[in-house]
Amino acid sequence: MSGAAVVMIVAVVLIVLALVYFLVATIVALRQVASGLDQVIAGVGEIVEKSAPVEAVVKSINEELDAGVDLLEGLLVKKAGLSDSMGLIESVYPGAAAAGLRGFPESTEVDAPRIGEVYTKGTLTLARLGREAPIAAASPAGEVLRNIQGGSLAARQLYPSVRHERPENLPKSPVIGRDAPEQYERRDDIGSPRKRLPT
Amino acid sequence: MTLWWIGDVVLLVVVLPVVVYLLNGVLQAARSIVPSVNEIAATAAAGSKDLDAAALLLTTEQQVKDTVAGVANYGGSLDVIVDDAEER
Repeated sequence: MSGAAVVMIVAVVLIVLALVYFLVATIVALRQVASGLDQVIAGVGEIVEKSAPVEAVVKSINEELDAGVDLLEGLLVKKAGLSDSMGLIESVYPGAAAAGLRGFPESTEVDAPRIGEVYTKGTLTLARLGREAPIAAASPAGEVLRNIQGGSLAARQLYPSVRHERPENLPKSPVIGRDAPEQYERRDDIGSPRKRLPT
Repeated sequence: MTLWWIGDVVLLVVVLPVVVYLLNGVLQAARSIVPSVNEIAATAAAGSKDLDAAALLLTTEQQVKDTVAGVANYGGSLDVIVDDAEER
């Protein structure tokens, strides 16, 4: 065997050894990558599984909260009126009136009265709820907050009407006596002897 | 015989370094992926652990329903005992 052949064989062996070394090392590295990806897939699978019901639950919560907000806004506007409602909101949360009510887009255009600067919250609540509050009888500035005549309307409607009707003005009882507005002429025969028929 | 020697030289000087260079590049690329994959796996595990509280959303949902129901009842009572703005 010539020297050139021996060198050729040595060169080929070296190339094969290099191939084996690097390919085996690459295989080891790729196995580590595959193992890491298995862990990633397991973690992502858990994330997907745990987050699956989140959308439905959050959507349900938002719907419930939307209903609550609509209820409270509607009740506030129904009971206090749009203008006073915005004044109340502005008094409790300064600056919130500018955002307006979600269910009442026109509320952003309301000039909110400065309720919080005139009345305390407790006084205003009493004025709205009960006629015992002094401010309910006569407001020091402006009109009465609560109409004490109409304030009992809701309570009166709870009881049945005695006459089963509600006339505006009942017929008045007649006034009698000397000071009666209507005097009748006195008959002459009152007090005189009874007339006797001819026999 | 001369050509044989030239072939040997080419194998040892050109082919062998080129093979080593290319395979080394593949190996380094494969090894560089391993830390990234490990970090991604750790992040995924941490994200999964963070979502353990997602199950509590069911309790939150029920609490919200109960709260809104209470608010509705309270609002209904207020609607009865407080006059409307138009009636005042």
